[in-house]
Amino acid sequence: MRERIKHMLTKEFIQVFRDPRMKAIIFVVPILQSLVFGYAVTTDVRKVATAVYDLDNSVASRELTSRFAASGYFNIVARVSNDRRAREVLDRGKVRVILRMNKGFGDDLQSGRSAPLQILLDGTDSNTAGIVLGYSAKITGDFSQEILNARLRRLQGSTQQPGRVELVTRAWFNENLESRNYYVPGVIALIVTLVTLLLTSMAVVREKEIGTMEQIMVTPITPMEFILGKTVPFALVSFVDVLAVTTVGVFWFDVPVRGSLLLLLAATALYLMTTLGVGLVISTVSQTQQQAMMTTFFFFMPAVLLSGFMFPIANMPQAVQWLTYLNPFRYFLVIIRGIFLKGVGVAVLWPQMLALLVIGATTLGLASRRFRKTLA
Amino acid sequence: MKPQRLQAIARKEFIHILRDPRSLGMAIAIPMLLLMLYGYALTLDVDNVPLVVWDQSESPASRGFISRFVGSRYFSLRGHVHNYREVERAIDSAHALVALIIPRDFAGRIESGRPTSVQMLVDGSDSNTAALAVSYADTVALTYAQGVALRQIQRDGGHAPRLPLDLRPRVWFNADLESKNYIIPGLIAVIMMVIAAMLTSLTVAREWERGTMEQLISTPIKRQELILGKLVPYFAVGLFDVLLAVLMGEFVFRVPLRGNVAVLFGMAAIFLVGAMSQGILISVATKNQLLANQLAMVTTFVPSLLLSGFVFAIGNMPKALQLVTYVIPARYFIALLKGIYLKGVGLEILAAEAALLTVFSAAMVFLANVTFKKKLV
Repeated sequence: MRERIKHMLTKEFIQVFRDPRMKAIIFVVPILQSLVFGYAVTTDVRKVATAVYDLDNSVASRELTSRFAASGYFNIVARVSNDRRAREVLDRGKVRVILRMNKGFGDDLQSGRSAPLQILLDGTDSNTAGIVLGYSAKITGDFSQEILNARLRRLQGSTQQPGRVELVTRAWFNENLESRNYYVPGVIALIVTLVTLLLTSMAVVREKEIGTMEQIMVTPITPMEFILGKTVPFALVSFVDVLAVTTVGVFWFDVPVRGSLLLLLAATALYLMTTLGVGLVISTVSQTQQQAMMTTFFFFMPAVLLSGFMFPIANMPQAVQWLTYLNPFRYFLVIIRGIFLKGVGVAVLWPQMLALLVIGATTLGLASRRFRKTLA
Repeated sequence: MKPQRLQAIARKEFIHILRDPRSLGMAIAIPMLLLMLYGYALTLDVDNVPLVVWDQSESPASRGFISRFVGSRYFSLRGHVHNYREVERAIDSAHALVALIIPRDFAGRIESGRPTSVQMLVDGSDSNTAALAVSYADTVALTYAQGVALRQIQRDGGHAPRLPLDLRPRVWFNADLESKNYIIPGLIAVIMMVIAAMLTSLTVAREWERGTMEQLISTPIKRQELILGKLVPYFAVGLFDVLLAVLMGEFVFRVPLRGNVAVLFGMAAIFLVGAMSQGILISVATKNQLLANQLAMVTTFVPSLLLSGFVFAIGNMPKALQLVTYVIPARYFIALLKGIYLKGVGLEILAAEAALLTVFSAAMVFLANVTFKKKLV
C-alpha cells in the first residue's frame, strides 16, 4: 500500500509541475498577490481631497480651514467660489468634501450667535464618508469648545479652566489602528484558500474528462489511497505557500506575529483538510472541469464574504450569522488573526480548531465515499 | 469572414452551453446569490458597538455621561465591570469592543469646573470598526462637554448662550450613507468580470485538451470566425446577467439609478467584450484547462475585487499601486457604474473612463485574435 501511494504521489507531482507555467502560478503568484494586496487593502482614511468654499474670508474662517488642513485627515486641493464650480468638482470626483462658510461666519462667531459651517460630502463611498463626517465633527467640536472656554474665562474673569471631559483612547492589539495589520493575515488565508480549492477541485474531474480515470480504475489502487494521493501534494504545496506568504507579511509589511508560529502551522494543517475536502467533493460531483470551476466559485465567493474578511459578522442578520458557522474560512480567520494580532493560544482558539477538524473530517469522508461510488 | 461559418460556431457553442445546464445555472445563480448577500447581509456600517463600563464615580454625573453613550444608536451597553481584570477579560474574549473607565473624582471635577479625563479602551484588531467607534465616542464626549460648558456660562453669565459653531453636513449622491447604494453598482462590475472571464477561459483550452481542436482546424474556418463565434453565446449569457443585476438593483434593493440606462448597457457591453476576450486569450495561450482556470482567477477575480476601488478606495493606496490599477478594466467600469447610478452623470464627465475601457476591450479582442494559431503543435 505504501508503494502504491508513493507511485500515486509521484504521478501527481509530475502532472502538476510538468508545465513550468504552473510552477509560477503556484509559487510566484501568491507572493506577488500578497505584496500587491497588502498595499491595496486599506480602509484608513487620510488626506481626503477637500475643497474650501469660503465666502466670508475672515480670520475665523481661515482659522477653521487651517484646523482642517492641520488635522492630517483633509488635504485641501481646491478653492471654489460659486455653487456651479462646487457641484462640478464633486461630480468629477476631484474632491470628496467641500467646506462651506457663508458671509458673516466670522461676525456670527464674534457676537456669540451660532455660525453655521456647511459640509458637503460625496456619499458614494459611504464608509469613507461616515469616517470623514466623524473627523469633521471632532474638529468643529474642538473649535467650538475653545471659543466657549474663552468666553467663559472672560465672564469669570479668571484663568480658571471650565469643566471639560477628555476622552483618552487606547487601542489594544493594534495601537495605531492600522488596517494593514488586520487585513494582511486575512489575505494570507484568502490566497491559500484560492490555491488549494482550485487545484483540488480540478484534480479528480480532470482524470474523468481526459479519460485517464479508466486507467486508474484498472490498477489495484483503493479509494483511500487515491484520495491521499490527490490531497497530499496539494497540501504540501499549500504549506509552502503559507510559509512564503507569511514571510512576506512579517518581513515586508511588519505585521506582528505575537503568537506561536507552530500553532499557526498546526491550524493551517487543520484548515487545509477542510479546503482540500471541499475541493475533492466538488471534483467528485462534477462531470467537466468547467462545472468544477463554476461550483468552486459558487462555494468560494460566499465563503469569503461571509467570513468576516471584509464585513464584520456581527453586523449581519441573525439567520446569516448562523450560516457562517458552516464556513471553515470564518474559523481560520479568527485563528490567524488571533495568532498574529492578539497572540492568543490554544486556550482561546480551541473551539475554532475543533470546528475545523469536524468540517475537515466530514468533507474528506464525504469525498472518499463519493469516490467509491464513482468507482463502483 | 463568412456569416455562415460564424453562425455555425456560435450554434455549436450554444449547444455546448445548453448541454451543461449546471454550469449555465451557476452562471446565472452566482450573480444573484452575490447580489442577495451584499444587499441583505453585508454592511460596513457599524451600529451597536458592544460596550462595558467601569464606573468608579457612581454619581449622577457619571451616569448621565454613560447614558449619552447608551442612548446613541452606536453603542450598546453589555454590562458594568468593577476592576481592570474584568475589563481585560471582556475585550480579550470579544465580549466587548470598547471599555469606558470613569475615574473616581469624575463628578467632583465636573462640578467644580476642572478638566477630567475618561479612559477608553478599544479592541483595535478590526481597525475599521475601531476607528468608527472611536470617532463616535469622541463625538458623544464632545457633545457632553459642550453641554457642561454651556450650563456653566449660563450660570455665571445669567443668559442662555448659543453653541458657537453649528455643523451642518449635507451628503450628496447617497444621502443616507447607505452602504448598499455604494456596493451594488460596483458589485455588478466585479460579478461581470469574473463570470465573463470564467466562462470563456476554458472554451478553447477544452477543445485542445479533448482533441476536438484538430477537427476544427481541418475545417475552412478562419480564426476570427472561431473566436467571435465562441464569444457570441457567452456574451448573450453575460448580458442577461447584467440585465438581471440591474433589475434586482432597481426592484429588490431600490438602488437609485439616476443616469441614462442606455449608456449603462452600452458600457456593460463594451466591458463584457473585453473581459470575455481576456478569458479567450487566456484559453488560447494556455491550452490547458487547469492552468487557464488558475490564470483566470488570478488575473480577474482578485484584482477586480481588491484593486478596482470596489470596497477599498484607490485614493488611499500607495502611488505605485495606484498606477497598477490603471490596467484593471473593472476600475473604469466601476467608476462608470457609480457615476451613472449615484451621481446621474453621463459620458460628458466620464469620457476618459469610457475611452480607456474601450481601449482595453479593443486590445483584448486584438490579442485574442493574433495569439490564436490555427496549427497543431
